Amino acid sequence: MEQSKRTALYDTHKKYNGNIVDFAGFELPLYYESILEEHNAVRNNAGMFDVSHMGEVTVKGEEAENYIQNLVTNDISVITDNGVMYTLMCYEDGGVVDDLLVYKYNTTDYLLVINASNIEKDYNWMVEQKGSFDVDLENISDDVAEVALQGPKAQEILQKLTDTDLQTITFFRFNENVLVNNNKCIVSRTGYTGEDGFEIYTSLDNIVNIWEAIMEAGKDEGLKPAGLGCRDTLRFEVALPLYGNEIDKDITPLEASLGYFIKLDTDFIGKDVLVKQKEQGLSRKLVGIELLGKGIARHGYDILSPDGDKIGVITTGYQSPSVGKTVALGLIDIDYTKMGTDVSVKIRKKQVPAKVVSKKFYKKNYSK
Amino acid sequence: MKIMEGYYYTKNHEWVKVDGNTAIVGVSDYAQHAMGQIVYVELPEIDDEFSKEDAFSVVESVKAASDIYMPVGGTIVEVNEDLDDEPELINTDPYTNYICKIELTDENDIEGLMNAKEYEEFCDK
Repeated sequence: MEQSKRTALYDTHKKYNGNIVDFAGFELPLYYESILEEHNAVRNNAGMFDVSHMGEVTVKGEEAENYIQNLVTNDISVITDNGVMYTLMCYEDGGVVDDLLVYKYNTTDYLLVINASNIEKDYNWMVEQKGSFDVDLENISDDVAEVALQGPKAQEILQKLTDTDLQTITFFRFNENVLVNNNKCIVSRTGYTGEDGFEIYTSLDNIVNIWEAIMEAGKDEGLKPAGLGCRDTLRFEVALPLYGNEIDKDITPLEASLGYFIKLDTDFIGKDVLVKQKEQGLSRKLVGIELLGKGIARHGYDILSPDGDKIGVITTGYQSPSVGKTVALGLIDIDYTKMGTDVSVKIRKKQVPAKVVSKKFYKKNYSK
Repeated sequence: MKIMEGYYYTKNHEWVKVDGNTAIVGVSDYAQHAMGQIVYVELPEIDDEFSKEDAFSVVESVKAASDIYMPVGGTIVEVNEDLDDEPELINTDPYTNYICKIELTDENDIEGLMNAKEYEEFCDK
């Protein structure tokens, strides 16, 4: 196995007593104090994550817009300069290569932010799809450090460290010239927790200074360093998908209930399959599941019909910290997707009764 | 890390306290700390029979489920039903908040388990 990579904040995580685990080939903290404490800090005050493991690819050139439009499912032509868009890359068969954020400087200059576990695969895929498009791609993942400051107090905290009026960076927009404690950063109002907040990109040299300055600035606002553990519970509660769980190469975005991010009036790789799937109707779909008995439905557990037949599989499950219920996301046969449908989940040897519910377990609190 | 004198310990971080023909079984302070906040405990049922080293319970933290193994063989005579409603009691005090009591089949099962001193050295390694 390859040696795990360390982010530029590795020593800082140690200093803050981070419990380090291997995640997607990176040594990162699962939690510092505890998953629940950090989860609640993000929901109620603020939390800061080291997300330097995320991948970044620049796309530049005369045909950058056409190239990306062909690569992804969403309509990137509607993004204005300094806008960000969530989208997916599909294979020809409609399975998902990855989900990503597209940052647009202008029609010839973009930054794509991709999942850590998929960096090499994505970059190879992007290069393969270049064809005759006049674009230059560069994988700059190793040169970019990133933190995410998330929570209702994120703006108040970050504003202490910059002269840029953060109100001017509205939801899903970015500014590439923000000085955070005198370090040049790209700051976007985006994140993966369902809360208001920012993602801050900078060079490896600056990130420790930025981390420490933000921790100091957030001291009185209840800011906590937050690990990968609560990053997963937070994104799960607001049904944001995770690659390898809700989406992967064998699941189409339509099945993952991400139809909103697919614009079939644009042309892109995998479109034909998605058009056909839409015409013929889906055979399975992602839903929310609430457990009515005891136990926790984990990734990979079978979902059963009232007759005991396997009708699906859990993609993510937790006891939801913010709503106190034991809930899960699962891909199930279309016949069972109606809200309120009785199902059960096979937890080890037991069949635990459950029902189909809305997958938005917790309401997002974005500042729009 | 708290280690109780007079208890025996396994390499999987279960503890067992023998009282006559009955053994009380739980997870150690080291284990509860490593698992983090516990949100669910799947208890065995009374009269269930287990051999030494059988998985008999599952303790779930926020992030993952961990199998708990029998330090000794026997028949379950009592389970700690308080853990049904308050699994986090294990985090609060893993030694008071046992998982179950088991009637020993073979007292020799205790042999090979670690005493407090040996367990402390094992955890320090």
